[in-house]
Amino acid sequence: MSGTFVGMPAFPKAAHEAVGNTTLRANLRHATHTIRDKRAKAVAELDDWALLREAGKQIKDHTLRHLDTYLVQLEETVTAAGGTVHWATDADEANRIVTHLVKETGECEVVKVKSMATQEIGLNEALEEAGIAAYETDLAELIVQLGHDRPSHILVPAIHRNRGEIRDIFTKEMGEWGRPAPEGLTDTPAELAEAARLHLREKFLRAKVGISGANFMVAETGTLVVVESEGNGRMCLTLPETLISVVGIEKIVPTWRDLEIFLQTLPRSSTAERMNPYTSMWTGTTDTDGPRAFHLVLIDNGRTDTLADEVGRQALRCIRCSACLNVCPVYERAGGHAYGSVYPGPIGAILSPQLRGTTSEIDASLPYASSLCGACYEVCPVAIDIPEVLVHLREKVADQGGPGHRLERAAIKAAGWILDHPGALAAGERVASRTRKLHPKKLPGPGAGQWTNSRDLPQMPAEPFRDWWKKNRT
Amino acid sequence: MSSPTPPSSRERILARVREALTDAPETPEPTRDYLPTHTIDDAATVLDLLHENLADYRAFVHRVADDELPSFIGTLLAENGVRTVAVPPGLSARWLAASEVEQLLDEGAPGGAVLTPYDLDAIDAVVTSCALAIAETGTIVLDGGPGQGRRALTLVPDLHICVVRTRDQVVASVPQSLPRLDPGRPLTWISGPSATSDIELDRVEGVHGPRTLHVVLLCP
Amino acid sequence: MRVALFATCVNDAVYPSTAIATVRLLERLGVQVDFPAAQTCCGQPQFNTGYRRDTEPLVRRMGRAFEGYDYVVTPSGSCAAMVRDNYPRIAAKGTDPRLTQVADSLVPRMYELTEFLVDVLKVTDVGAYFPHTVTYHPSCHGLRMLGLGDRPTQLLKAVRGLELIELPGAEECCGFGGTFAVKNADVSAAMGEDKVRNARSTGADVLCGADNSCLMHIDGVMRRQDAPQRALHLAEILASTEEEPWS
Repeated sequence: MSGTFVGMPAFPKAAHEAVGNTTLRANLRHATHTIRDKRAKAVAELDDWALLREAGKQIKDHTLRHLDTYLVQLEETVTAAGGTVHWATDADEANRIVTHLVKETGECEVVKVKSMATQEIGLNEALEEAGIAAYETDLAELIVQLGHDRPSHILVPAIHRNRGEIRDIFTKEMGEWGRPAPEGLTDTPAELAEAARLHLREKFLRAKVGISGANFMVAETGTLVVVESEGNGRMCLTLPETLISVVGIEKIVPTWRDLEIFLQTLPRSSTAERMNPYTSMWTGTTDTDGPRAFHLVLIDNGRTDTLADEVGRQALRCIRCSACLNVCPVYERAGGHAYGSVYPGPIGAILSPQLRGTTSEIDASLPYASSLCGACYEVCPVAIDIPEVLVHLREKVADQGGPGHRLERAAIKAAGWILDHPGALAAGERVASRTRKLHPKKLPGPGAGQWTNSRDLPQMPAEPFRDWWKKNRT
Repeated sequence: MSSPTPPSSRERILARVREALTDAPETPEPTRDYLPTHTIDDAATVLDLLHENLADYRAFVHRVADDELPSFIGTLLAENGVRTVAVPPGLSARWLAASEVEQLLDEGAPGGAVLTPYDLDAIDAVVTSCALAIAETGTIVLDGGPGQGRRALTLVPDLHICVVRTRDQVVASVPQSLPRLDPGRPLTWISGPSATSDIELDRVEGVHGPRTLHVVLLCP
Repeated sequence: MRVALFATCVNDAVYPSTAIATVRLLERLGVQVDFPAAQTCCGQPQFNTGYRRDTEPLVRRMGRAFEGYDYVVTPSGSCAAMVRDNYPRIAAKGTDPRLTQVADSLVPRMYELTEFLVDVLKVTDVGAYFPHTVTYHPSCHGLRMLGLGDRPTQLLKAVRGLELIELPGAEECCGFGGTFAVKNADVSAAMGEDKVRNARSTGADVLCGADNSCLMHIDGVMRRQDAPQRALHLAEILASTEEEPWS
């Protein structure tokens, strides 16, 4: 089974290893740069992109503001269409509900559509403990699962793997799980995709229970929407007799019409396509088509805590497109695993500390895992101001104290006093200028040492500007 | 006397949502000043765009006159080596009249013929109509209506031939498509054959869904 | 027109040449510029590190220092963006009404240097002479928060003798990011090294920017690598003339 993120080191430490891994750096650079340019072209095709972005933002804000109303409405419409709605306050409860539902069918295996929510709650591990095998069917998830690995990207969880590594994983592991990889498998993407098709086909055909997430839930109609590319989603949503969808409470949109925005912005932001190959929409159950039983498990798992934060709640607008990951210079170099969560990259840096709190070392370090360059905000199709939320969360982390922050606070206070006394500041500047010949190129200790490991310090000037001004202009 | 039951998770979540929103400011009505379409309102232009975008995502696109449709489908099936075809209920018998293939009807409904997933896996192709096609995104939408069948039919066989009636089934944009679709029906939006970007974020066609998609634009 | 220079703390202490160049440039264009000595720091390092309350005295100080001027001009995109984007946030979160007064009063008067030149003075040819090859790095806050667009390159293209070479990956962050440079030093350095690799690939004599904090980081990497290039602030290029060339 896949690894988990429990006990992750803080971001800088995890990133240190990633930065030194040249294969990983090359894989991430190649993949993110490929998609970056394509996204820009796909977005440029729509003259009204800024307006779609603004409308998407407003609809999500409006939904969140009235989330209780829309949740109740969704429950009514799904139930009226033949579905059953379950509510789970946290991961454990959601896992108990799903495990119970699977056991009631008498089955001991399930096929899964790629789902962030089920990864977030650790559903596969919970099912395994209950003796139920959960087969991931998305190609990238399959690569992660077969490789006993952890996901490192929202859309492409195996982005850290190149084609050669994928070939090796398939050749070595597929036989352990079912149909082995074809003899003489090469590393061409088409052959690798074909190997996955053959391997998973037998699992799809015999599947009795499918588990999914959803990209959108329409309160007005009770419709769920899954956006995908490969057809594994359609297989899992269509062939089994029982379908269980685990979805975060924030995935609601109020009306059918609202989809007209997100079905334009999501594919272009995500895979840089005008439209993804397959989108499935279903409302409860249908007598002659698809699963006979449909269960919707709505999960909170920290979302209401996030909703309570007036700055941080905008993170709940996220439609999981992963555009922010693909443009992020920090993600590109640190890799997804360093974020210690199923949600990596800029969105992960604001989502994980809100969903999980900031008590752990990794969660307290995530708000600092950004240079605040703003590229993420620029591409976000629902205009989440990620830098704003990062700085807001830094304040929370600084306020709670903890390792490093007490010293830092003392330094900030001291600097604050100097900066509020220009005379003292000028005196300090003059000392720095007069002793400049004595300044070494490398400095020890925290802060200065981190700087001078890879960069020279600037040479101090002969005098500060304010002294020049005094001499020359007054 | 019974002890008071603890609040359900449903009640707890709803209460937590309401508490979280206590001081939240009211939000304005969303503005919808984005464009209803990006394409000029001209049937020929819209059809050309549909053709171009379907082809761009590796669907094979054909423009066929109505009276030539049976022979066209017959030739297409023969060229692809198709021996068995899944037939959805309500498909015009005329469409397959010139095809020399074994036709397997799937009525979907209990009491009628129902093909199992294994049956479908052994079938070479499926021929369907559609509910709608969207030009700007190169999308065909199936809603299980006459000639379309249940969703598994267009999923498991490896070759899908979909006939679009250009006279009244083509819209320009996503905003124009939704009012014409019934959310109560199971809907499948198809934009090209199945594909993946999971290997190095580069697009490869052909994974679990039909690896070959032929779209026949039926011209009056 | 009363114009104040907001030199910024980094330029005051470490890069006085940039502030001096800004003064000379503005004076050459006929602007009488003042340097209110009460100014220190806009509070950006504190705010971006999570110490919002510690920025409040600095916000009030900025308000007092620049009271009465029509324009406040600064050769730093990130400091201008700090005032414009974050002062209203600090005011909204804080309890002191004075913070709101400062934000309301200062935000519309705060101009980054290239904005002031192009939008207010309406010049792109400032009469500069700089006989070198130059590549331009648009710092993130100027690029994305202020939306400086092509103002800096318009100015550079009008400089006599200057050959502008496009920087590959120009819009990618250099990796400075304030305390990010030390809190996440490995990633920061990796970004800086990639930026310098791109800069060196242009073969330009000078990498030009409009934010000295980024340039301190980039130039630090360049000097560590003994690169033949140097990082230089745009103001120093624009201040350079045949009579008084940059040295």
